[in-house]
Amino acid sequence: MRATVLRNGPSPVSASADSIVEVRGVSKYYGSVEALRSIDLDFPRGKLTSLLGPSGCGKTTLLKIIAGLITADAGTIAIDGKYVSTPGPERAFVFQDFALMPWATVLRNVAFGLELRGMDKTKRENIARHYIDEVGLAGFGDKYPHELSGGMRQRVGLARALSVDADVLLLDEPFSAVDEQNRRKFQEDLIRLRTNQNKTFIFVTHSIEEAVYISDRIVLLSPRPGRVSQVIEPQIDRSVDPERIHRDKHYLDTVEEIWQGLKQYVE
Amino acid sequence: MTLFGYRVPMMASLLVWCLIWEIIGRAHLVFLLPPLSEVLAAAVHLVQTASWQNATITTLRAFVMGMALSILFGVPLGILMGRVKIADDLLGMWVNIFSSAPLSALVPVLMILFGFGERTIVAAVFLFAIWIIVLDTRAGVRHISPSLVEMARSYGASRRALYTKVILLAALPEILAGIRLGLIRGVKGVVIGQLLVAIVGYGALFETFSRNFRMAEFWALTIILFAFALLVAQLIEQAEAKVEYYAGAR
Ligand SMILES: Nc1ncnc2c1ncn2[C@@H]1O[C@H](COP(=O)(O)OP(=O)(O)OP(=O)(O)O)[C@@H](O)[C@H]1O
Ligand SMILES: [Mg+2]
Repeated sequence: MRATVLRNGPSPVSASADSIVEVRGVSKYYGSVEALRSIDLDFPRGKLTSLLGPSGCGKTTLLKIIAGLITADAGTIAIDGKYVSTPGPERAFVFQDFALMPWATVLRNVAFGLELRGMDKTKRENIARHYIDEVGLAGFGDKYPHELSGGMRQRVGLARALSVDADVLLLDEPFSAVDEQNRRKFQEDLIRLRTNQNKTFIFVTHSIEEAVYISDRIVLLSPRPGRVSQVIEPQIDRSVDPERIHRDKHYLDTVEEIWQGLKQYVE
Repeated sequence: MTLFGYRVPMMASLLVWCLIWEIIGRAHLVFLLPPLSEVLAAAVHLVQTASWQNATITTLRAFVMGMALSILFGVPLGILMGRVKIADDLLGMWVNIFSSAPLSALVPVLMILFGFGERTIVAAVFLFAIWIIVLDTRAGVRHISPSLVEMARSYGASRRALYTKVILLAALPEILAGIRLGLIRGVKGVVIGQLLVAIVGYGALFETFSRNFRMAEFWALTIILFAFALLVAQLIEQAEAKVEYYAGAR
């Protein structure tokens, strides 16, 4: 269960056997601020990859470029070999601040992605109900977002992303506005979902523990301008009890190793 | 309100003022102020006359048309200014000037443009009401969390769906607040317009009453107008409260 360091330094990544998202030479400037510098990355199908790095290093920017919400100044994004520059049905985004419509019920919020695709009401609400149950919100369909806790709201956001049946789920610090207990529970749910749903997750976080705990792969970004500094595969056996993972030596070693790599940026 | 250290409820203080009015009126202290009881009697009589009913229909029609136009143009204009920077830069200054300018001064200009008739009244309502609707709508649109718009885009919303299903609804609380203020300003517009044109609706009635010193009827009409303005504001406020509830924790 030793963590594998795939590479060090900003040399291009060799395309892995089956990658669903390919990022090539992506750069982004905000005015004169260089946010990302020629990012090359592959995201393997069916895996959960975390983007980890110090605040302001461009994690959100990269995720939104992959989502097609921001256009890159240079480089390309390919999903299943097809170049994309706008949002598409094969990707779904989960927002840090949930982005729920306060005037709509949980059910309507979850079904909203399908509503926008013109699916008829009974059909989309049946699908939405299924995923509301799936994320553990059974019985809350008629509630409004302000009647829910932060953790529950994010579950609504997750259910909405699952409902549209996208192959790639993009999550931008989905737990940062959620309290610690809910966060743990949520992380476990995410691991379970990843095994059940056979989807590809790209997950932004600035918590090393969280990244090591839930990821198949961790991409470390350097501070601005964001570049890929390291790719790590924690290889942690998640079939065991979550409590044991948190005490597992390899888990702790990997956390420490990443911390050593990131420490230089903090000082 | 407090009086000699006692808290006086709203209704009670209103009663006190009514009483003062009655006494001043009976004492003939102020030449143009008949006692309240006389005014109320005049009001009851007035609402039964054909001339009042016709004037009310004319006034309401002008008011409703002017308001409908200012909502129809004001809300889209506010959304445009909230979303498009160039539009905001071009129009922002003018909307701000108009929303705080003494617009009564412009009513004579409206008379020249639209003639001595109902069209001028409609234009006056429009001119008084639209700017605050534009400003509040703009503020509401500016208020929308960017991630809500990104959410709609990321799930493939068409431009039309983005505006009708997300932006319009997200800004609804502010839009309604703007419309409420607009309605109150619109009442001002209809009154000032009619007073200046003076041959349409309530303006004509006011003119007749004041010219013939029929002060009881004059005041009765004023009270009816005030009550109407308050009622309109109250109704909108109730609708707003409902929307605010759903908007919840934004
Ligand atoms: N709209 C914008 N205009 C100007 N600069 C921006 C904009 N968005 C982001 N930036 C800058 O680009 C850099 C990268 O931002 P980004 O939000 O992608 O970082 P992040 O890694 O997600 O940070 P955090 O961990 O704080 O969420 C930051 O320095 C930020 O200040
Ligand atoms: Mg971020």
